[in-house]
Amino acid sequence: METATPNYFLIIGGVLFVMLNVAAALIWVERRLLALFQDRYGPNRAGPFGLLIVAADSIKLFFKQDWIPPFADKPVFVLAPAIVVVTVLMSFVVIPFAPGIIVADLNIGLLFFLAMSSMGAYSIILGGWASNNKYSLLGAMRGAAQMISYEVFMGLSLMGVVLLSGSFSLVEIVEAQRGLWFFIPQIVGFVIFFIAGIAETHRLPFDIPEAESELIAGFHSEYSGMKFGMFFIGEYMGITLISCMIVTLYFGGWLGPDFLPPIVWFILKTLFFLMIFILLRASMPRPRYDQLMEYGWKVLLPLTLLNLMVTAAVVLWVSE
Amino acid sequence: MENGTSTLARLQAQFGEDTFTPQSTKDDVLTLWMPHDKIVAVLTFLKKEIPQPYPLLYDLTAIDERTRKPNNGHIPYAFTIIYHLLSFERNSFIRLKVGFRDEFPTVPSISSLWANANWYEREVYDMFGIRFTGHPHLYRILMPRTWVGHPLRKEHPARATEMGPFALYDEKVDLEQAALQFKPEEWGLQRQSDDSDFMFLNIGPQHPGTHGVLRIVLQLDGEDIVDAIPDIGFHHRGQEKMAERQSWHTYLPYTDRVDYLGGVMNNLAYLMAVEKLAGIQVPDRVKVIRVMLCELFRIASHLVWYGTFAQDVGQLSPVFYMFTDREKIFDIVEAITGGRMHPNWFRIGGVAQDLPKGWETLVQNFINYFPKRLKEYDAMVMKNSLFKARTKGIGIFTLDEAIEWGVTGPNLRACGSDWDFRKKQPYSGYEMFDFDVPTASNGDCYDRAVVRVAEMRQSLRIIEQCLKNMPEGPFKSDHPLTTPPIKKNTMHDIETLITHFLGVTWGPVMPVGEAMSCIEATKGANGYYVTSDGNTSPYRLRIRTPSFPHMQMLPYITKGYTVADLLSILGAMDYVLADIDR
Repeated sequence: METATPNYFLIIGGVLFVMLNVAAALIWVERRLLALFQDRYGPNRAGPFGLLIVAADSIKLFFKQDWIPPFADKPVFVLAPAIVVVTVLMSFVVIPFAPGIIVADLNIGLLFFLAMSSMGAYSIILGGWASNNKYSLLGAMRGAAQMISYEVFMGLSLMGVVLLSGSFSLVEIVEAQRGLWFFIPQIVGFVIFFIAGIAETHRLPFDIPEAESELIAGFHSEYSGMKFGMFFIGEYMGITLISCMIVTLYFGGWLGPDFLPPIVWFILKTLFFLMIFILLRASMPRPRYDQLMEYGWKVLLPLTLLNLMVTAAVVLWVSE
Repeated sequence: MENGTSTLARLQAQFGEDTFTPQSTKDDVLTLWMPHDKIVAVLTFLKKEIPQPYPLLYDLTAIDERTRKPNNGHIPYAFTIIYHLLSFERNSFIRLKVGFRDEFPTVPSISSLWANANWYEREVYDMFGIRFTGHPHLYRILMPRTWVGHPLRKEHPARATEMGPFALYDEKVDLEQAALQFKPEEWGLQRQSDDSDFMFLNIGPQHPGTHGVLRIVLQLDGEDIVDAIPDIGFHHRGQEKMAERQSWHTYLPYTDRVDYLGGVMNNLAYLMAVEKLAGIQVPDRVKVIRVMLCELFRIASHLVWYGTFAQDVGQLSPVFYMFTDREKIFDIVEAITGGRMHPNWFRIGGVAQDLPKGWETLVQNFINYFPKRLKEYDAMVMKNSLFKARTKGIGIFTLDEAIEWGVTGPNLRACGSDWDFRKKQPYSGYEMFDFDVPTASNGDCYDRAVVRVAEMRQSLRIIEQCLKNMPEGPFKSDHPLTTPPIKKNTMHDIETLITHFLGVTWGPVMPVGEAMSCIEATKGANGYYVTSDGNTSPYRLRIRTPSFPHMQMLPYITKGYTVADLLSILGAMDYVLADIDR
């Protein structure tokens, strides 16, 4: 797509601005929604509906003492939280929010997304390692193993979409869904991608790297202030990213009836999945680490491969 | 309940006529003095050889006898060690006493005979300075290792004002800091095995998963637990020492705080013992009121356990729903007693006040409301496949192991036993109620949960029966030792007035003697063993709590599991730190 992008920098700035704010706003959304699910009030004092809690939280995180434990590996300790934010933000480059609103329509957009989210594993390993704390180390080891295994079928589950649309470009994938959203032919792929996405963002029920009741805060136990804030924001941007990807790959991206503009459709669909992420957190217990691995390798991987083969066979059959 | 003569006859046939000196007590438990060279032989005989044996070491404690008023022509021992054994088949206790004349006696250890004797003997050593020969690890257990003196000895000061001003010298700082250094060897742990170096992970004393100030030293190989050593005592407040300077009446509020989720249930355990001493029979209305409140607290305690257990395995929401329901129970408790968690509402010989007007509606509303919620929780927690995956087959112990380690309550019933003191040795009128004792058979974390959830339904049944059949009558017994005394008995002449005045100010004087109570508390068998030398306060008060032996079992049941399983095991155990440390 060679659309003229006179406001190229505007889009970059816009995406950056919106994403950071969405991530911050999600703090409020999550806390209010969780409270709603759990029969309590949640933050409701600061500003209307407690909205200013976002400001309060950010101010608190920004002005906390920038503390690096004396036993930590300083440069790595500082680098780790930056990686998570950078990789997630970079992934947003390839997301088509609406026709023309995309930073870069790469012809390998999907691969770029996979590459970037894989890089996120570094932040966990490095953060846990540099903290020089046993809880962090355990969390980091769990996190690394979890992310690497779930990477495998996350990538494979997407291949069904690629087969159907014949492209790695996210814009073309969206365009290919004009007739039928891919979540119908690719329902298995969608479910697996969703599960892998939760594991990738290590949210409950897959929050094993930070399992609060076991490992306190796992890999970021030693972090505080804005460095903790970056892990925090990174997590929220992570679930936003996964929601965006689900919408783009399986739910027709910006496509929708004409009475609303494309960008609004995209936002609505994404919000829907964000809510599901939060609802999941309110309702599920956490499996054990080895159970999670077993589930991944013994259930999800064969299923993904099967899905890929069936899809390939069907595509081949239809084209002939 | 008791068939003491045959036990005594068997023992005498085995060890000789003169070996045992029976003593009469207020609680009708067969009490025998025995010489200290026969301790191990007699206990082995009682555990293994006698027909219908006594397999459970219910309690092991000591008394410092040195300041006791001479009475009954007892031999003036300096210290007495007391063993309480329980036989399930006979449905009776036996109490064995051994007297020592030394200032710092040495006793043969029975830790090889009963697994749970280990911690009890350490506690006796810690509290009395009595040494046990043959004990594998005789260190302090509740007090810090740097502590000087043994708190339950009578010469040890009971309050800070008796101790002189506190000073922290440099040497003391160095000493305390050195004591904080972690050396695996001091805990009986190896640093490495043949093929790997172990990692030591310190869980607690401040950790979101331990539900209180509990420290567990984990020896890990990867994430697999090689050994887990609980370090307790952070919550030790000297409940037993405090009893020795409180009056019989003013000690009541302290009992509330032992199992702080059990509320008035602790009052009951204490009062059962005191009322046995005093010979008070409480009116029926008092019995039923007490049962109703105890069962309300059982539900409240189980709700806390339910929610936090779900949270331990990662489920965030149930704890909020369950605490909301617990609030509803506290609304009733508050209307009746004025208090919430620690109502301190039972009194010697009765309860503090009669039930308020309209209590029936409150209780009825709760009875209507709660079963629906329990059903919802079943769907949310118990039937959840992830919850099952985290708890089924985890932390298994068999019935024999449970008895060996002194496990009681729901944890015991999850192994298949139907032992419930409310049924087997009914107290406070439980024999009048119609309820079942839920059991399970696998003895894993999930089954412990099954039993507790079923218990809540049974408690609700009991409460409903209390509501329907609440007897009329006084809420205090008409007995001279009832405290506070009944007002109408006072305003006759100066004598009755003085009696009342003394009963309220000094508190009642309990007759000389000793008695033990045993109730089915929220977490297992809770018992108070009180000894009176005819004074206004107990000479010695021993609190036997269920959590103490349960926690002792932790290393045994966690070996080979992972860190995540440890949290399931801890959650399913349902302990309260105050109940462990007292």
